[in-house]
Amino acid sequence: MTYAITRRIASAALASAVLLAAAPLAAADWKPQKPVEMVIMAGQGGGADRLARLFQSIIQKENLSSMPILPVNKGGGSGAEALRYLKDKSGDDHVIMATLNSYYTTPLRTDIGVNIEEFTPLARMALDTFVLWVNADSDIQTLDDYVAAVKASGGSWKMGGTGTGQEDSLVTAMLETEFGIKVTYVPFKGGGDVAKNLVGGHIDSSVNNPSEALGFYQAGKLRPIAAFTPDRIDVFPDTPTMTELGHELVYWMQRSFVAPSGMSPEAVAYYTEMFEKLNATEEWKTYTQEKALMADFLTGDALQAYFLEERAKHGDLLGAMGEGS
Amino acid sequence: MELMAHLADGFATSLTSLNLLIVVIGVTVGLFIGAMPGLGSVNGVAIILPITFIVPPSSAIILLAAIYYGAMYGGAISSILLGIPGASTAVATTFDGRPMAQKGQAGLALIAAACASFVGGTISVVLFTLFAAPLADVALAFGPAEEFALVLLAFTTFVGLGGDDVLKTLMMICLGLALSTVGLDLISGQPRLIFFDQPGFYSGISFLVLAIGVYGIGEILYTIETQKSAPSVTPAKLTFGELWYGVKELNKHWKTMSFGSILGFFVGMLPAAGATPAALMSYGIAKLMSKTPERFGKGTIEGVIAPETSNNAASTGSLLPMLTLGIPGSPTTALLLGGMVMWGLVPGPMLFIEQPDFVWGLISSLYTANVAAVLVNLALIPLFVWALRMPFTVLCSLVFILCIVGGFAPSQKMHDVWLILGFGVGGYLLRKADYPMAPLVLALVLGPLMEKSFRQTLISEQGNVLAFIERPLSGTFIAISVIFFLLPMLKHVNRWLGRKPSPAE
Repeated sequence: MTYAITRRIASAALASAVLLAAAPLAAADWKPQKPVEMVIMAGQGGGADRLARLFQSIIQKENLSSMPILPVNKGGGSGAEALRYLKDKSGDDHVIMATLNSYYTTPLRTDIGVNIEEFTPLARMALDTFVLWVNADSDIQTLDDYVAAVKASGGSWKMGGTGTGQEDSLVTAMLETEFGIKVTYVPFKGGGDVAKNLVGGHIDSSVNNPSEALGFYQAGKLRPIAAFTPDRIDVFPDTPTMTELGHELVYWMQRSFVAPSGMSPEAVAYYTEMFEKLNATEEWKTYTQEKALMADFLTGDALQAYFLEERAKHGDLLGAMGEGS
Repeated sequence: MELMAHLADGFATSLTSLNLLIVVIGVTVGLFIGAMPGLGSVNGVAIILPITFIVPPSSAIILLAAIYYGAMYGGAISSILLGIPGASTAVATTFDGRPMAQKGQAGLALIAAACASFVGGTISVVLFTLFAAPLADVALAFGPAEEFALVLLAFTTFVGLGGDDVLKTLMMICLGLALSTVGLDLISGQPRLIFFDQPGFYSGISFLVLAIGVYGIGEILYTIETQKSAPSVTPAKLTFGELWYGVKELNKHWKTMSFGSILGFFVGMLPAAGATPAALMSYGIAKLMSKTPERFGKGTIEGVIAPETSNNAASTGSLLPMLTLGIPGSPTTALLLGGMVMWGLVPGPMLFIEQPDFVWGLISSLYTANVAAVLVNLALIPLFVWALRMPFTVLCSLVFILCIVGGFAPSQKMHDVWLILGFGVGGYLLRKADYPMAPLVLALVLGPLMEKSFRQTLISEQGNVLAFIERPLSGTFIAISVIFFLLPMLKHVNRWLGRKPSPAE
């Protein structure tokens, strides 16, 4: 017992001495000592999950981490479960979390005792885009057709999307305010489900991410009407943007990684470098092109500033929807 | 005949020695994963997925499909031997599988389950091969209203055909539905029934936790009380004679098997439905059509065959929407989908046109996986039966450890372990009062699906309840469920009417 304690004190003292002496150099020396847990803020099979597993596979394949990365889904409560979990892991160097926009909307909507300012930002990998879709069999060709059709329906127009208060419903709310229209918002479990119901004619339109609707688009079953991006998306060169059409509607889904509060700077440096290398791989570049993702790499303080700015924006959006707590 | 050419090309891929080896390894691993209560095909596929990069994509998907198949076969094993369904798809297998094991026919039940799985899987793969592309449109026709009607149908086959005590069954369904509302509401996103502000309740109560609790821990407590020293299962011997007898028995039930397979394939094909309602409906209908319905629930071989053909057929069926629409029909196929995205394949309507090698390689490997799974399974049955010959004191503690580890492993939260122990005690008390457990567990699985589709329909139809009847497909399902619900009551009335004159005589 005594032996163990003295040894622990000794090694702690040694470690801090090393830290003090070599703090600037230490970054390159730290390596994970055990498998790294990659918490995913969403359930299995969804868009966020697929992307997180893609990252894991690239990391594994290209040997970017000395220890395996283990994905763990904690999708409960729109990510509330994951956020709580990360809060409890304070100071742990072997946990990272893949986030989406529920990173800020969930704590805004439900009181779960989490302040995202406390977490450590690692890297933003990409911004996902949104497109307004209708069934290819419909007569709607342009945004004007669309607005007219929604108005003519008298509120019974069915817009499908993910859970209320999540990204799709925010984009829908933006549409409603901008055009002075009213739709019936039907929530589904995931983006793939939404796309399928649009093709099957059970809903009238959607605001799917391109990756979720791409398969059906290529098969000629879905028609993109307008993109919620500042510039046209490469995969859909003929689809105008909302901005082009004179409507300032831009919305992104961020795909980033964060770590618990109090992660050691050496570990932060290690993971940041790992994601930097990941960002440069061929696989990732091909994927972003094919799936119409914007690879927009951002780290450190700039990323934290981005998170806080987005949180404020979403607070306003949710407030306007009457969803804020 | 283009189809046959494609399939032949596929076999050229799947019959290479590497891929054959992969199939055998995959089904063996899957079998054990599926046989462990708590570990299902989801875990198996999730664990193996990252390892698949060392082989080419076509071999990788074959490996995953083999594990998926193996786990479906394995699910029956713990249902029969221990009475603990390893996955919700295997709940219906416990109804007769467990009583058979208690009568000393564990070996026969396992043989029946393996052979029935093989028949179900094979018929389903053949249907898949012939009709994959046109059937994708049927899956598309299924909206929220149809989903609701289908789940309702699954419930009514169960209430109407299964129950010895309809009132108790209904009460357990209600309890299960109440438990299924715990967690985050899909529609409003608000938390519901978060007991004592425990964050663990945000993710809801999983099937596994409840099933391991009431079946696993509850069963241990019950057995300790009722038979202090005697084994819970009559030791079974396994001989070639029994195998032969099993195959002969099976031969008598072609009607049940073919019906179960076709039903399983179609229900499994519908996104979101999957193998659980398929197995349940198949069991219910087999009982309805049987000449000896009174033997169901007491250990009849037919009660094992019906759900096992159907759930394996459904697991093949659920690959269909995944490949053709990019919509996974079950959590496991969702993971397979993730794997395909990783290898740069785009599941969806274009997959059959753009990646025929991959698609047909996969389809042909389903044939080989089926053959491998039944052979490996039959070879291992003596081992499983042997496990039952352990002294009760040893078996009991082993099962207890399996339950706790199996409950902890998927979520890695102690929260779930405490829940399992709580449900175990609760389940034991309910069992003493003769309440059936299956309706409780199944209501938990099907409840969220039913609630979600019900509310989605009402939202999109502006609150018009008649929408369920007005749509042709969902209207038909609802009509059938009403018949299923009333049929046993009519039988009762009939019997009552028939008996009435007798006192007068």
